[in-house]
Amino acid sequence: MTDTPAAIQVVDVVRTYTRPRTSLLRPAPVVRALRGVNLEVKEGERFGIVGESGCGKSTLLRIIAALDHATSGHVVVEGTDITRLPERRLRFLRENLQLVFQDPMSSLDPRMRVRDIIAEPLVVQGHPASGARVRELLEAVGLSADAGDRYPHQFSGGQRQRISIARALAPRPRILIADEPVSALDVSVRAQVLNLISDLVDELNLTLVFVSHDLSVVKHVCDRVAVMNAGQIVETGFTGDVYAAPQHPYTQRLVSAIPTLHRALAGATTTDLLAAKGEPG
Amino acid sequence: MSVVADVNVRTSDVLTVRGLTVTVRDKTLVSDVDLSVGPGERVGLIGESGSGKSLTALSVLGLLPEDVTASGSVRLTGVDHELIGADERRMSRVRGRRLAMVFQEPMTALNPTMRIGDQIAEAMLIHGTRPGRGAARAAAVELLERVQLPPDTLRAYPHQLSGGQRQRVVLALALANDPALLICDEPTTALDVTVQALVLDLIVKGVVARAAALLFITHDLAVVATVCERVLVMYGGRVVESGPVGEVFTRPRHRYTEGLLAASDLETTQRRLTTIPGNVPPAGQFPSGCVFRTRCRHATEVCATTPPWTGSETTGFACHHPAEAVDD
Repeated sequence: MTDTPAAIQVVDVVRTYTRPRTSLLRPAPVVRALRGVNLEVKEGERFGIVGESGCGKSTLLRIIAALDHATSGHVVVEGTDITRLPERRLRFLRENLQLVFQDPMSSLDPRMRVRDIIAEPLVVQGHPASGARVRELLEAVGLSADAGDRYPHQFSGGQRQRISIARALAPRPRILIADEPVSALDVSVRAQVLNLISDLVDELNLTLVFVSHDLSVVKHVCDRVAVMNAGQIVETGFTGDVYAAPQHPYTQRLVSAIPTLHRALAGATTTDLLAAKGEPG
Repeated sequence: MSVVADVNVRTSDVLTVRGLTVTVRDKTLVSDVDLSVGPGERVGLIGESGSGKSLTALSVLGLLPEDVTASGSVRLTGVDHELIGADERRMSRVRGRRLAMVFQEPMTALNPTMRIGDQIAEAMLIHGTRPGRGAARAAAVELLERVQLPPDTLRAYPHQLSGGQRQRVVLALALANDPALLICDEPTTALDVTVQALVLDLIVKGVVARAAALLFITHDLAVVATVCERVLVMYGGRVVESGPVGEVFTRPRHRYTEGLLAASDLETTQRRLTTIPGNVPPAGQFPSGCVFRTRCRHATEVCATTPPWTGSETTGFACHHPAEAVDD
């Protein structure tokens, strides 16, 4: 466990949000989005975070990426505690940690050409944004060089997600965080994008944090996985183990609820999806 | 309950779609779709975005957008007229009575200004399937109970419910008048996986309890395999393959089905997934002849002509270079 240094350490992170007051006499209600989360992602690891909507996985990502701040607890990225750092001292994080979001349409500026979108992180960080680097990135994500002249709306969902990935890779990050990167894609395109992420992570020796609601996708992509429920991590382990023999009751319910072709062809019905069993199939 | 009348040999199917073609201006979005659903049968319609699966469902319901036109024939058991081109007055007597639909997004399917109980009761009162307000109310309570919602849901407004609860209300609404055919268009795509399991189970149970037929539209192969008995695979506005689930998903014949199965196989131990090259073309821009030929590894010149349907009405495929049949 101690051989490889940790890329990301999350220690006892709590995040609470205060909702608007509903009464003059009572205190404002508080939403506890994260309730003491601990996790450690090793350098070069492919780490998955699985959970259903509202479990706090996106809040956790935002805190790791310093887009939000923890109410208490610490986040250490590559040895630096980023929890209380002001934005002007987060430059190292902005260069080394990049994000790919779920919806490529809302994360790409519709009025910018693709080459400017990809070059933007470089420009912002004061690097020379050469056309050669943009062409290299386009090629790396499997888009033709002339794609740079076009606008995001001229691409399909899968191609837009490739553009997001190219933009994320532009400043040569060491950590790539993907938040549901394939949820909005068609099955045949999903396989292409998963392969692309997998190849790039290997080639560029990236640390990957892959967040998804779909345990079967995470199982394919990641080595280790953390299962989140109601603001807490309920189970962590190697993806194969968690998938084959889930320990926590919530994980058991989650695993058995996933419809798979294999189980369905073996005669599983919808009622079987509801029965929490340790062993699927 | 009404007795199924006028049953003769050919029209014993609940739903019979023949040569359905949907066009918008000069673009053809769905071409020549044949589809039949037998009594109590659960049929899946799978396809990626732009394959025309939702337009097929909307044509059956007569809910196509204004400038989109359908031609062909759609017949429903117990309805003595053609559904394509039927006027709104006649369609509104069929919709919600003999034919009901569960849409993907439950929030847009429910009226935000009406209490849940009133909406369910209204569905029954409009069609006159319950004698009065009191009976409809009582039936609404029972319907909610069937979808495992507490009776106080009756007084709730849609915004007070979660996505899964709303979808269950929509299901209760759809089943209120014991329709002969229930159409579900991606009913669980917006739901979490544990909620999806419950909703799928309720759909199957509700349909089985009423001996109703189900047409289930989704892009998720595993969901179709779990819910349905028979499946039709659509691509580029055409049905490219159909057959029993066990057959189509273990021995696909059309190259698209084959590719789709391989691409969705996340159980593989290989690091890389098998992919279908290229992207799904935008609607109306599919190639002539075989719609899949621009992405197919086996395509030759003959694929520029439309491949004929091989096999029987319910089990077959349309491909010039099909995958080998294992038992041949």
